[in-house]
Amino acid sequence: MSAPNNPYDPVAVSTLEPEAVDAMVAAALADIESAGDLDEIKVVRLAHAGDRSPLALANREIGALPPAAKAEAGKRVGSARQTVRDALDARLARLEIERDARVLVEESVDVTLPTRRSGLGARHPLTTLMERMAEVFMAMGYEVAEGPEAEAEWFNFDALNVPPDHPARTMQDTFFVGSERSGVVLRTQTSPIQLRAMLARDLPIYVVAPGRVFRTDELDATHTPVFHQIEGLAVDEGITMADLKGTLEHLAAAMFGEGVQIRLRPSYFPFTEPSAELDLQCFVCRGASVGNPEAPCRTCSSEGWIEWGGCGMVNPRVLRAAGIDTARYSGFAFGMGVERTLMFRHGVTDMRDMVEGDIRFSRAFGVEV
Amino acid sequence: MRVPLEWLREMVDLPAQVDARAVAERLIAAGLEVESVETAGGDVSGPLVVGRVDAIEELTEFKKPIRWCQVDVGLEHGGVRGIVCGARNFAVGDHVVVALPGAVLPGDFRITARETYGHVSDGMICSQRELGLGDDHDGIMVLDSGTVGDDGAALLGLGEETLDIAVTPDRGYALSVRGVAREVATAFGLPFDDPGQRLVDLPAPAADAAPWPCGVEDPEMCELFTLRRIIGFDPAAATPGWMERRLVASGMRPVSLAVDVTNYVMLELGQPLHAFDGAKLRGAVRAGRAGEAAPPLETLDHVSRALDPDDVVIRDDSGVIGLAGTMGGLHTEIDDDSTDLVLEAARFVAEPVARTARRHRLSSEASRRFERGVDRVLAPYASARAAQLLLEYGGGVYAGMTAWESPYSPPVIAMDADLPQRTSGMPVDRATVVHHLEQVGCEIMGDAVLDVSPPPWRPDLTDPADLVEEVVRLVGYDRIPSRLPQAPAGYGLTREQRLRRRAGLALAAAGVVDVLTYPFMGEGDLDALLVAAGERRRRAPRLANPLSEEQPLLRTTLLPGLLHAARRNLSRGIDDIALGEIGRVFVLDDDQDPGGVAEPPRPGVEQRPSDAELAAIEALLPVQPHHLAAVLTGARESRGWWGPGREATWADAIEIASSVASMLGVDIVARPATDAPFHPGRTAALVADGEVIGFAGELHPRVIATYSLPARTVALELDLDALMAAAHDVAPAPDVRTQPVAKEDIALVVAESVAAADVADAVRTGAGELCEEVRLFDVYVGPQVPEGHRSLAFALRFRALDRTLSAEEIAAAREAGVAEAARRHGAVLRGT
Repeated sequence: MSAPNNPYDPVAVSTLEPEAVDAMVAAALADIESAGDLDEIKVVRLAHAGDRSPLALANREIGALPPAAKAEAGKRVGSARQTVRDALDARLARLEIERDARVLVEESVDVTLPTRRSGLGARHPLTTLMERMAEVFMAMGYEVAEGPEAEAEWFNFDALNVPPDHPARTMQDTFFVGSERSGVVLRTQTSPIQLRAMLARDLPIYVVAPGRVFRTDELDATHTPVFHQIEGLAVDEGITMADLKGTLEHLAAAMFGEGVQIRLRPSYFPFTEPSAELDLQCFVCRGASVGNPEAPCRTCSSEGWIEWGGCGMVNPRVLRAAGIDTARYSGFAFGMGVERTLMFRHGVTDMRDMVEGDIRFSRAFGVEV
Repeated sequence: MRVPLEWLREMVDLPAQVDARAVAERLIAAGLEVESVETAGGDVSGPLVVGRVDAIEELTEFKKPIRWCQVDVGLEHGGVRGIVCGARNFAVGDHVVVALPGAVLPGDFRITARETYGHVSDGMICSQRELGLGDDHDGIMVLDSGTVGDDGAALLGLGEETLDIAVTPDRGYALSVRGVAREVATAFGLPFDDPGQRLVDLPAPAADAAPWPCGVEDPEMCELFTLRRIIGFDPAAATPGWMERRLVASGMRPVSLAVDVTNYVMLELGQPLHAFDGAKLRGAVRAGRAGEAAPPLETLDHVSRALDPDDVVIRDDSGVIGLAGTMGGLHTEIDDDSTDLVLEAARFVAEPVARTARRHRLSSEASRRFERGVDRVLAPYASARAAQLLLEYGGGVYAGMTAWESPYSPPVIAMDADLPQRTSGMPVDRATVVHHLEQVGCEIMGDAVLDVSPPPWRPDLTDPADLVEEVVRLVGYDRIPSRLPQAPAGYGLTREQRLRRRAGLALAAAGVVDVLTYPFMGEGDLDALLVAAGERRRRAPRLANPLSEEQPLLRTTLLPGLLHAARRNLSRGIDDIALGEIGRVFVLDDDQDPGGVAEPPRPGVEQRPSDAELAAIEALLPVQPHHLAAVLTGARESRGWWGPGREATWADAIEIASSVASMLGVDIVARPATDAPFHPGRTAALVADGEVIGFAGELHPRVIATYSLPARTVALELDLDALMAAAHDVAPAPDVRTQPVAKEDIALVVAESVAAADVADAVRTGAGELCEEVRLFDVYVGPQVPEGHRSLAFALRFRALDRTLSAEEIAAAREAGVAEAARRHGAVLRGT
């Protein structure tokens, strides 16, 4: 090794010869390649790219060259050092990847171990189903109306065109609150909400009313004294049975899939006239099981149709009780059982599952139906 | 209403190929709900013939007596056959029904010639039950008469189809074969000759016999009252077989000719009839109110009934002899010796009969029809038909009729001719409207506005809308087109509705499973919950007719239902339970009587009630706020590879309440409380906006024991409406401070009686606006603090909105916090 050169001392510097530089690079690359881990590469970096490495020392000699030779030698050494640095970086990167791979494997755990520490919560599927049905109507501009569960007889019967002693009152077995003459009952239907909506809202009225209702039935697989209905009401100018039919078809499609048919059958409800029973085409077999013992349908008992609810044009008497001008306005109303809907939509076979509060029942549904 | 198809065919000339299913389908489309079509003896096939027993040989060598019979079944069926029979209720000469080899009886019972009891039995003599015609298997069926060799199936009505129709309250006329037949004729486009409008020919009343006098005391109760009398009737006369078969097929039990005829004509025409024994009557038979102090009446069902002054009754000079339109009295009933028949046919007013029947909890075939409205003019026609049948089959002499009738003018309904079109949304022209209304039986005048007179058997047709339904159902509901109305833009859910949904989701997110329990409870539940007398939760509304005497009250708290549900889950082997409910409770105001008011307001329904009337109705109702509650027992965190798990504690109950509140944007504060049904030392009152809105904590051990729940079961219940009221209408955005935070921990020693939350409050207040959080992270009790004291360690975070805090500012704020805690609660900074 020589001492720093006087810039103007034109001595020949052997370390800057091309062969010498190439040899330094070759030695460096060989060491880099053989470095097996991050510690070794650190040593190699010091030896071949450090301040005291052969190439660094050679670089210092450039000043001793005659001005004409400086440029070429500088270029040669610079390129050599870059080659070595690149090789070092590449090797370092690869060694780090190898190290990471090794360490991450060593840290691995059994991700199939159970992870749930606390029980999952859930909502009752009837609640969720009512919300979901209401949402179909809200998307059409309806609002959700409500009313009390302990309801005035006037709302539950009188104003719905069920006068005292009308046989329709015995159609529904009513819980009386206080006494049979107190004028207060547990509502037997969600229809009193119709009246409340008509009394409280401005026309036109488009509301949907889910809620709890009560009848004096004993609990069994298909009856419960406390159950739920969802009611719909539209009062506007020019409302017809065609509007009713189209609306129910929309609901059926939203709940059971596009193309499911509905059927209206003439029937009787005091608060609608004309009235109809609403049947839903079986959404499972779509009627294919009718008269086809080869492919029976459990959902509709091979009837092809499922009784879903009742509906009709709001009886003008009901509109009058709410002070609505029947010459100008007409309306439709419908109602259906939510339990029943849940039963056939989800294959619930025993009503008791819905009321007994077994947490496994609600939990199976999560927060969606 | 059960209607045999052959009876319908007698009134309507249906094509032979139309079967009961086809009829049912058309009737359903027209609005009569046919629930089922039944076939009598539907599973019987093969040869069934009438035979005559020619000889009986008693076989006695077997365990039971057996008969070896020679039965003549007619030459075309093999003449006399030997048949073994175990029954003994027949004699030589009787006519019986014989199933010949090849016949198949219900239960796939195949009849063959087989050897039994030492003889080849060449067929079987049938009992009712073996033919699927009833449960009577005391013996074989002995026919009243018969011709050897006749087809037994036809004779017994086997294979006859019967429609079972659920008649809605508006279609009282369909409680008769006549009414259903009209619908069938209309549905098939066939002519209909209404037997209810044909007066049958009766002999002229005998010159030496007088009709029975009648009268109506109260025209509000009875519009038409008739009595026809037959004397010299043969009480032993038999009901003809065809009538018995129709009665049985219609679901009625044959009794005696007189009774059977009244039932038969009621089924045929829809007019309830009652037959008195003239020998037991005293003076004119009248219809009216029972009036005051009428003695009890013993009705046909042998029940002695105290009469209400408003009951509709029939009386003679001896007093009340029947509940009009509901059930006759026992003491004027016809019996086995009655020869003097007085036949009542009347038109009682629907509502008084309905009230009478309801008061006596007595629903009869007659009351069902009167409640729905019987044909206004039918009575004399129906009683003539009945008299004709009685005279034909029971003999006797016709003694004439008496009648009382109030004036009848058929109502006239004015209806726009285009109303059916406007209502249905499909084209229905005037001619179609008129045609269908005429099919229903209406008489029509007018042009653009139709004046429609409904027929006397349709008292349900009172409004234009009723006529619209008749027209549209006969056009066909299936032809109504489909359209979606355009609702105006809505506002979506109300704030309360939205928050209630959020609360439900928050509860689920907290690991609670929603259940829906019945809102009923008993005094026993309130006792079990240790609810004090006079407390608000004791002001529960009471049901007049509860399903269970143990649970006559409406719930004032959700907890009884949830505790019962928890119990049920435990009994099903589920140990770790977190269940909850959102639902209404019902509480009477202080000024509301549990029995309700005596005369509740009942405004008319002809127009909108006044605001005052509506307010009076609302005042009847108990308050019905939504509550939210949950019950937890067992592991809140289960045991697992991560560690031992953790039981649910009072803290979980409070935390669930608090997290639900937070989700609604409400901060609730826990304060020590001792309220039932909770553990007095482990319960928090939940305070929002300074109001107590609920409680959470461990249940009182006595409550846990009463409900047989695991020790340390915890619960919470809050008034969700009150919680929602505390929520922001429009939530304000917070200042998110982005300057550096300074963290300081302090430990304060205070007496054990001081609530941690109070200490935290003091620190927060003292430290001032720069302090953004005071969080308790440790509680220490032990030798390093004085007896009766504990050390509370708080982590404080300081931050300014606009600058980095200096060390001096931080120290000053911290010290101010400590100073306030010292001032309020005597707190001493630990380590000083």
